This record gives sequence, structure tokens and C-alpha cells, in this order.
Amino acid sequence: MDRRFRLAYAGAVISTAALAAAATGALVLGAIGASPWATYAVILTGPLKDLFGATEVLVRAVPLILVALGIAISFRSGILNIGAEGQIQIGILASSAVALALPRLPGAVLLPLCLMAGAAGGALWAGIAGVLRARLDVNEILSTVMLNYIAAQLYTFLLRGPMIDPDELMTGSGTPQSMRLPKAAWLSRLVPGTRLHTGLLLALVLAVLVWLLLWRTTLGYRMRAAGAGRKAARYAGIDVKRSVLVAMLFAGAFAGLAGAVEVSGVHHRAIEAISSGYGFSGIVVALFGGLHPAGIVPAAVFFGLLLVGADMTQRSAGVPANMILVLQGVIILAIVSARMYVANPYARERAARALRRLGLLAAPASPGEVSEG
Amino acid sequence: MTAGQMIFDTLSLGVPFSVALLLAALGENFNQRAGVFNLGCDGIMSMGAFLGFLPAYALRTGALAPWSTAAGFALAAVAGAALGLLFALVTVTFRAPQGIAGIGLQMLGWGTAGTLFRHFIGGVTGVEGVAPWPIPGLSRIPYLGGILFDHNPVVYLALLAVPASWLLLYHTPWGLRVRAVGTHPRAADTMGIAVTRVRYQALVLGGAMAGLGGAYLSLCQAKMFADDLVAGRGFIAVALVYFGRWSPWGIFAGALLFSLAQALQLSIQVGGIKFPYEFAVMLPYVLVIVVLALARRSRQLGPTALGKPYDREMRI
Repeated sequence: MDRRFRLAYAGAVISTAALAAAATGALVLGAIGASPWATYAVILTGPLKDLFGATEVLVRAVPLILVALGIAISFRSGILNIGAEGQIQIGILASSAVALALPRLPGAVLLPLCLMAGAAGGALWAGIAGVLRARLDVNEILSTVMLNYIAAQLYTFLLRGPMIDPDELMTGSGTPQSMRLPKAAWLSRLVPGTRLHTGLLLALVLAVLVWLLLWRTTLGYRMRAAGAGRKAARYAGIDVKRSVLVAMLFAGAFAGLAGAVEVSGVHHRAIEAISSGYGFSGIVVALFGGLHPAGIVPAAVFFGLLLVGADMTQRSAGVPANMILVLQGVIILAIVSARMYVANPYARERAARALRRLGLLAAPASPGEVSEG
Repeated sequence: MTAGQMIFDTLSLGVPFSVALLLAALGENFNQRAGVFNLGCDGIMSMGAFLGFLPAYALRTGALAPWSTAAGFALAAVAGAALGLLFALVTVTFRAPQGIAGIGLQMLGWGTAGTLFRHFIGGVTGVEGVAPWPIPGLSRIPYLGGILFDHNPVVYLALLAVPASWLLLYHTPWGLRVRAVGTHPRAADTMGIAVTRVRYQALVLGGAMAGLGGAYLSLCQAKMFADDLVAGRGFIAVALVYFGRWSPWGIFAGALLFSLAQALQLSIQVGGIKFPYEFAVMLPYVLVIVVLALARRSRQLGPTALGKPYDREMRI
């Protein structure tokens, strides 16, 4: 089968999947009486109409890149980490606690310390699921989902109780949020007048480092081998359990770092709903980016666009922002279906046979390569 | 309040609390017995909860009012079956990896329920729900009557679903086929069982049951709908299938364990012992992790082809 046909086949499968995903989204939009065309147009172009909107897309892309990098490491190592949402929240708590506890430190010390505390917090939270998986064989999808719910409760408990801003109690408004972090713990702004911060540069540097880790180090090779084939990796002398645990720690660290960066760069205090869904969007970004840093960065910008656009449709067209979850869900289903179909040689062979019968494809160059049933 | 009264309250609250988990987990058991791991159960429950609530809310006044709740349950079952069909298309026909696909279905169901809710209803409103229907005679038995026979009719049907799904799995040709395609699909295929068709049927049935479980939450338990009403119960249901070792009776025991923990926490709070609300909400999720850690051995009892897509053409 020639290369051109393979490319055309992959292209056809992927565009069918994309169309099916868009159609499913349109079905839900139709059910609430919104025009799918207009909504999709607002989501895709609305944020790019001015500088603020465009930088806002990048602001959303920063946590998405970080979370997706971690998820790519874990998925490549054969462990499905669904717990980024909870790991982000623990990262936020850890980094804000450090910043509030050590307000006198200079920025050059405090900022890195905060970011590392966030990463450590996330790694610790993911480590629970990692250890449970490595030692007790607990399904990591279920344990990370449960840890998400637990982290969400812990987060609200701390923000309503021990970590609440004393001013909130004095004025009696009681908004669950921490005190404002000292300025030394803030990431500086990249473009004045917008919320775009230096976390973007950090995310891009880390994307390169993750590529180096996975494809240029022994540790990365071991993790990928453990993910590609557990048994084969074990026969090759790789400690699969250890690789799985290390991958989980990396994934948690990246999610926790995303939370810390979001606090230091955007909100400057721990508030409720900081990580509204970045943990789940990160999964979609990682899959959309082909679990590779070079794909994840553009994918994160694209989903940043979708997130900002979905907020705009809520304001302008009255389409609830939950719609973004619908789109992300169908995109996941479309990606995983299309990927299996593209990789399935039998399906490709069937498609070639059907085309040949219709006379749309020349007979195979070497006879016997494909049997004509 | 005496200790005896507290135990009685806990037990008689716990039985109706178990229904949503029980229905969803019995449905998930059919999926897993057929070899498909459906993590989208939670999203299906969300859709069931909303679509069950919608007709009950829309028809609450007017001529159709007596039928509004039944219409809710029917719509929830149909929607659940449709989502099960979608999941079958993705995982059985397209052979997508089931773990990630399940998360996709969960987002789709949860997001769609939330979107439709915001558009059609918007705020917190209640429905009348299903009135309790004490079984004459039986409900008068001291203690036991109040615990088992003084609930709404859906509870009785859910309790009957336990022996029914046991009979269906172990004593009908269809149940044998389900277990065969989940244990050794190639052998089943060789014997002339249509693996794909049986898996589709199991997923549609499981989806409908998860939809009913969700509708129970919004129509009978909470009598309202909110975005986070289901709150991960679908994932707990999946964990219950592991805990119950893929047997309807084991799943029943697991569902009771969870609902009793929830009821106990409520009676303790009513009884005046205070602890932070957030920790009370956390309890069932912690319990799931503990239960999964304890149930590790049971993995070996599970369907051997669980999570593996079957491809007739694949030459091993």
C-alpha cells in the first residue's frame, strides 16, 4: 500500500472524527436553541479581536501546557492520571502557605521557593495514587478521581477556616480566600496592562526539558518502555513499578506547579475556583498534542482559545460555559477513536479494497501484497 | 436520642440512599462482565439525573402531572441507553482505549447535563418526587418493617434488581454469553457468539441502569437537580463492582456499606456531634480508596478480557 494512500486514509479518518465531534457539539447547541455556526464563530474568533483577548488566551495556555506536560509523562508511562485537578489545588495551597509564612524573604528566594512548594505539594498528592498503584495495585484512574474530590473538600475547608484572610472575618463578608501574597512572590507581567506573566516562558522552557527527559535520558526511556509494554520492559530489567511511581510524581509536580504559577502570576491569592477545570482540560490538551511537547504547546494555545471563547459566548450568546466540557468530552472520544482507526492495518486494508472495487484506486504494485478477497 | 434509635435511623436512611449506587453498579457489572470498563458511568448518571428531572419539573402542573415522574424515569433510561450505545461505538467498534474514552464520556454527560440545566431551568427548584409507599402488613414488622418496607416503590424495585441481575447473569443463555465474551471473546466467537453484538447489548443495558440511578438521585433522593448532584457516584459505582467481585450480591453489600456510612454521618450530625462539614463530605471518597486497596486480591476473580478490545482479524 503506498504512502500517499496511507496519508489520505489518515486524513479522511481524522476529518471524519473532527466533523463528528463538531456535529455532536452542534446537537447540544441546537437543543438549547443556540446557532452552532454563530457559537463556534464566537468561540474561535472572538478572543482574537483585541490584544487583551489574545493575551488572555496565552494566560489560559500557561497552566494547560504545564498540566498537559505532566499528563503526557504519565500517559507515556502507562499510568492514567486523571487527578491533575486535585494536584493543582494542593499545589495552590502549598505555594500560598509558603508565601504567606515567609513574607520577608526577597523575591529571588521566595518566588522559586513558592513554585517548588507547589510542585512538591502536587507531587505528594499524586504520589498517594502512585504508591497505591505500585504497592497495592489500586486502579489509578479511580484513586485519582477520588483524590480530586478529597482535595476539593480540603481546599474549601482550608480557605474557609485556617487559611482565610483575617480581613474577610473582620468585615464579615466571609469570602473564602487567603490573604494576598507578598509582592515578592508574584511573577512579573510580560505585557503591561494585561494579565500575561512570565509563567509562559517557564512553561515553554519546561516543554523543552520534558522532551529532553522523555527522549534523551535513560529515565525517560525506562518510563516510555514501561508504558509501551509492561512485560517486555520487565524482561529488559526495567523496574516497572518504580517507573510508574516516578512518572506519577512528575505528573503531580507539573500540575502542582501549574497551580502555583496560576496563583503567583494571575490571582496573587488562593481563591475558590482558580483551577476551574484545568486538570480536565489538560488531559484533552495532552491527547490533542499527541502526548508530545511539540504538539502540546500549540494544543494548549488552541484550548486556551476555546476556554476564553466559551466565556465570551456565555456573556454574548447566553450559551452556558459548561458547553466547553461537552466539546472537550466529544474531542476526547473523537481523538481516541480516530487514533485506533488510523493505526488499525485491517481497517485500512478494508478501505483500500472498497476503493479498488469502485475503481478509485489502482491495483497494488506488487501482486500478492494485498489479497483480493 | 438513644443509641438504639440512632442505629434504627441510620439503617432506615441507609437503604434508600443505596439505590442510586446500586442501580448504577449493577449496570456497570453487566458492562464489565462483557469485558468493557465503562468509566463514563458518572456522566451517564448526570444525564439521567437531569433528563429524569426535566419532565417531572415541566409537567408538574397540568393533566399529565401524575405521569411526570414515570416519564422522567423513562427518559433517563432512554438517554442512558443512548450514551451506552455511543460508548459501545467508540470502544467496541472503534476499539478505543476504554479508560480515556470513559473520561471523555463522563465530561460529555456531565457537561451536557449542566448546559441543558442552565438553559432550561437555571436555578434551584424542587419536584415533589415519589411518595413513600409502605407495603401493607410487612411495614408493620417491628424494626425490620421500617428499615426495609417503608420506602418509595423505586427502592423495592432496586432491591429486586439484585436477584434479577443475578438470575440474568447466571441462569439465562444471554447471561452466559455476556460472561463468555468478557472472559474469552475468541472462544466465544469460535462458538458462534456475536461478540460485538453482546457487548453492545450489555453496554446499552448498563447505560440504561446508570441513567435510572441518576434519575433516582434527582427524583427521589434530592428531589432537585444541581450540576454536582451526582458528585462522583458513578466512579464509586465502578469501584463497587471491584469491591463486590463482579457479583450482584457483593455489589449490593458494597452499596449498603457506602450508604450506611453516609447515613451514619448524617445521624451523628443530627445527634449533635460536630465536625467540619467538608470532612463529612470527604468520607465516602476516602472509603473508596480504602476499599480498593483492600480488594486488590479480587482482581483475579474479574473477567479476564476486561478492558481489552476484541478484534476478530487480529492474529494474536
